[in-house]
Parts: sequence; structure tokens; C-alpha cells
Amino acid sequence: MLTNLLLLIGITLMYSTPLVFGALGGVISERSGVTNIGIEGMMVIGAIAGAATSYFTNNPWIAFLVAGLSGGLVALLHAVASVSFAADQTVSGVAINLLAPGIALFVCRRLFDGAAMTPIVAKLPKIFGESAFAGTAYAGLNLNITTVLALVATLAVWFVLYKTKWGLRVRAVGEHPAAADTLGINVYKTRYICVILSGVFAGFGGASMTIAIISQFTQTAISGHGFIALAAVIFGKWTPQGAYGACLLFGCTQALTILLGGGSFPVPSTILAMLPYAMTIIVLILFVGRSAAPKADGVPYIKGSR
Amino acid sequence: MDLNIKLSRRAFAGTMGAATLASLAACGGGAATGGSTEASASGSAAEGTKKVTMITDTGGVNDQSFNELSWKGMQQLGSDLGWDVSYIESKQDSDYMTNLDKAVDDGSDLIWGVGFAMGEAVENAANSNPDVKFAIIDNIYENNPSNLTGVAFKQEECSFAVGYVAARMTTSGKVGFVGGIDSEIMQAFEQGYYAGIEYANKEQGLSVTYEGQWAESFGDAAKGKAIAQSQIADGCDVLYHAAGGTGTGMIEACDEAGVYAIGVDQDQAHLAPKAVITSALKRVDQAIYQISQQLISGEKEGGTNVTLGAAEDAVGIAETHDLLPDGVYNDALAVVEKIKKGEIVVPKNADELKSFIASL
Repeated sequence: MLTNLLLLIGITLMYSTPLVFGALGGVISERSGVTNIGIEGMMVIGAIAGAATSYFTNNPWIAFLVAGLSGGLVALLHAVASVSFAADQTVSGVAINLLAPGIALFVCRRLFDGAAMTPIVAKLPKIFGESAFAGTAYAGLNLNITTVLALVATLAVWFVLYKTKWGLRVRAVGEHPAAADTLGINVYKTRYICVILSGVFAGFGGASMTIAIISQFTQTAISGHGFIALAAVIFGKWTPQGAYGACLLFGCTQALTILLGGGSFPVPSTILAMLPYAMTIIVLILFVGRSAAPKADGVPYIKGSR
Repeated sequence: MDLNIKLSRRAFAGTMGAATLASLAACGGGAATGGSTEASASGSAAEGTKKVTMITDTGGVNDQSFNELSWKGMQQLGSDLGWDVSYIESKQDSDYMTNLDKAVDDGSDLIWGVGFAMGEAVENAANSNPDVKFAIIDNIYENNPSNLTGVAFKQEECSFAVGYVAARMTTSGKVGFVGGIDSEIMQAFEQGYYAGIEYANKEQGLSVTYEGQWAESFGDAAKGKAIAQSQIADGCDVLYHAAGGTGTGMIEACDEAGVYAIGVDQDQAHLAPKAVITSALKRVDQAIYQISQQLISGEKEGGTNVTLGAAEDAVGIAETHDLLPDGVYNDALAVVEKIKKGEIVVPKNADELKSFIASL
């Protein structure tokens, strides 16, 4: 029983970590009024950048930072299109999602003799060292360091959004950019920063898959995580703490499918496969209630327009 | 890339405008007359030389998996028989038709598709080009066109051998299995594995138990890792996977927990040299080498499916066995030999497993 409980906690946290980073990216961008469908693509870029850098430098920390920077760089494209050129933000995001896996595969092929996956690379450490508790019930609690970073990042984003002047400005820009503009807030600059930050977080999310959970980039390493993260943003009512909770819920349902599907009395895996979706719908109906996006979310701001 | 463009330009220059083709090759399927100089040399050598082309799936020719191994078999055809062999890489699913057409226009006698993802495209190409021979790796059809051969592998046989190894290597007396998406074909991996464990139990007087779980995904590494963690917590200390990308997570979990892992399809020891004790192999290169010759010589007619097993040396266990005691490795090879001779008939579903256990 204790083993199963600890396992449940461990798997939940492991599974939710990349989602949390992705969701934080979504929250920051959308609170400033820019829809970011491209989280998935930015995560893919972070995943390949992290794994490749870790391979060549043998330093996973540098790799983690590079993953964030690369995600931010891709987000810059999104920012240019959606903030400066007032393009349709969904289209720009979709374009990034289509482009990113192609770039990732291309880079991977160029760097690794045409292989579609990287070799095994250096991983970020675990909080109690590489194989502490191995073989004991507590093994699952030896979390990836990224899991802790994800929690810290959530607290930081919450603090910045709700307890600082700049956070208030971000939220104002997302609700009513024209009003914010008249008060002297630079809407474009704020949105640029937020979109780039969202890419940085998404990049971290990708890397927390390829240099923490597993230790290589494969084409399927990031498959749909960005979209689940976006669902978590909506589910968590566009707040960092809510999105974090939503990611934990998604992780927990996955952990449940695994624990219920194994052992001596396995539940058929086909039934379990629908559990995450069924549980999401139930929680959404019973506990979450109405979820309202920032007013100006997805609307490009054009100075002086009414 | 430069090299590829030049090569394809030379290969196609006679039939169409070189400039159009260079651009086609650059932005389209990325055709390459593989084996570069060596291939063109043998091509011009003898009259009656056969031209064989393979189309990779989206993994590309250096995928460290089926495509790479297929190309190895092709190259063997080139060096042993002097055939003109080449490959065309598919960058995305929509390239399959184009690349198959390209291979037909190129005058290929036999065209190989690699991977079940190409199943429909190869079938269509075979229907519209009745005088060209087609074959496909890892796919079988219900109604083959008369010029199409489907090649599958007896995965239960190599799974049996690694199941035997797992039972010999466990110290906890419990071993695990992580599957991709449950299906008839995937069942063969699981049931063959269990049969190997039961066989070892009987032979060695062990009482190893086993458990298995399906991830319902071939690409979810985190899920594979989580399932493995739950099996390890349950006491399993040797884990086998048949789950593609999901399985990389399983190997990772084994590596972290310090228990043994068993790879699948290819020798996966490079993924975790301290954890992967053996791998269940599908010898795709052997399949390509043998079936190509049989089809070209007319010994084998198209229009059927072939399932290759230990008897054809098309399945087995990996040569890497640094973590295995010699005794276990040799015994496992002996088991493969028995399967080859037909002394062991490996079950491929749950019902056959039951009667197999009863017959032990």
C-alpha cells in the first residue's frame, strides 16, 4: 500500500513536470493577451536543443539553459508575427508546431550522422543523487531536479504576476491593452517579453523530457505534451497555480492508469486508456466551473484602433 | 546534401531535365543513389544486373533500426551479387507514393518498402505497376497483388529466447514485460516471452513469475518509464519491452534502478550498456538478402506473405552479451537452435501458451 502510494506520487510528479513548464509558458503568454498554440513546437525545439547540447558539452545544466534560450528564440518568431505584424496568432502558433518537428529532425540528422534520434546524453541530477533508494519503496521519491524547478518556477510566476508592478501591467495588457497604453505601459514591449518568456519555459519543458525523464531526443519524445499543457492552462483558469494543479491532475490520472493496469488484478488497458479523459471531464464539471480567458487574449493590439 | 543532389542528377539525367530534378531531389523526397560510387560501379559492370531499390520510412536510412539494417542487407546484395542497389529516403508519410513511383521510373526490378507505415502505399504501387516486383518489411496483406510479397517475423521466437534469458538472470524470481499497443501481432511478443520463462522454469527447476502491461502507446517514454517503475517496485528485476519509443523509458527506468533490461528489434545495448543484457532481434537484413534473391530468381512467386523465424536465421538474440554469463548465453543460443530445428514450437497467443505450458 505504502509502496503504491509513493509510486503514485513519484509517477505523478515525473509525468507532470514537462507539462508544468509548458503550461507556465502558456499562462504568461496568454495573460499578456497573446494566444500561444505553439507551445508544443517550442517544447520540441527545447527537447532537441537540450539533448544535443548535453551530448556535446556533457554539461546538462548548460543544456537546460540552451534549451530555454532556443525555445525563446522560436517564441520570438511568434512574437514578431503576432505582436509586430498583428497576424492571426493561431495561424502563427500552428506554423511553429508544423515547423518545429521538421527543424528538430533536420538538426538531429545533421549533427548525428543522419540518425533520427540522439545517442544517450548526460542527464540532470536527481534530488538525492543518481541511484539513492534504488530498489526500495522510496525510489519514486528521488525526484528529478526539474520537478523541483517546475514548482519553483510556478511560485515565481505567481509572485511576479500577482505581487509585482510588472505583473499587474502584464495582466492589464492582457485584459485591456488600449487602457494600459493610455497609462503609459508599453503594450508591445510587454507582450514581446511575455511571449519570449513563454518560449523559454516551453524549452525548459522539452528539455525536462529529454535530459531528465529519458536521456535522448527521439521523434516521439514530445508528442502532444504542449497541447495537454494548453489544456491545463484553460483548466487552471489562466493562473500559474491553477495550471500547476491541472498538470498534477493529468499526471495523477496517468499514474493511476499505470498502477491499476499492473499487478495481480490488472484492469484492461483499453478501459484505463480513457481514464485521464473521463476524469478530466468529471473534474471540469464538478469543481472548476466557469473558466474565462483574459479579455484581450488572441486579439492583436493596434495602436489607436477602436 | 550536395553529394546527394549531384548523384541523383547523374542518375536521372537521361530521362528528364537535370535542373528540374536537382530541385526535385533537393526539396522533395531527397533521393540518393546510395552506396554512392560503389553502387554505380557495379551497376555498369554486367549485363543482366538486377536493380533493387528500397524506400525508407520517415526514420531515414540511419535510424539505428529497421531502415539502417535493411540497407545493410541491400549492400550485401550489392557486394555479393554485384546488383545495383540504392535507397530513397522518405521525409514524411506523403513521400511514400512519390518515392515508389520514382523507384519504378528508375527501372527497378524489385522495390522494397520498409515498415508497416508504408503498407497501403506499397499495395497501391504494386497494383498500378504489375510488371515490377514489390516487397515490404513488417507488413502482411489479406489479398496480395500477384507481384507483392509481405514479409513478417516470428517475433514470438526471439521473445521466447529472451524470456529464457530473463528467467535465468532474475534474482528476485519475478520479471516484467512492457507492451506498446495490444494487438494480435504484439501478443506474440508477450506470449512468446512468457513461454520462454516457463520453459526455463521447467528446464532449470525455477519458479520465476511474470507480469506484463500495455502502455497503449508506442511513443510515450514517460509512460514506459512509469510502468517499468511500478513493475520494479513490484519486485521485477528483468524487464523486456516491445513498445518502440515507449520502451526507451523502460530501459531508462531499469538503468536508474540498477535492474536488467532486454531490448527489442535491434541490439539496444548502446542505450544502457550497464542495464541491457540482451535484445530480441529481427534480422531485417537477412530477410532482405534472402527474399530478394528468391524473388528475383523466380524461386518464390509474389502474391503471398512470408513469415520468417529462427529456421531462416531471421530472428534471434543480440550478439552483445557482456552482462550475461557465458553459460546463460550459450544455453540461450541452444534454445534458438531447438526452435530452429522445430523441437520447440513457440506459442503466439494466450491459448497456445496454455497448451504449451501443459505440454512441458
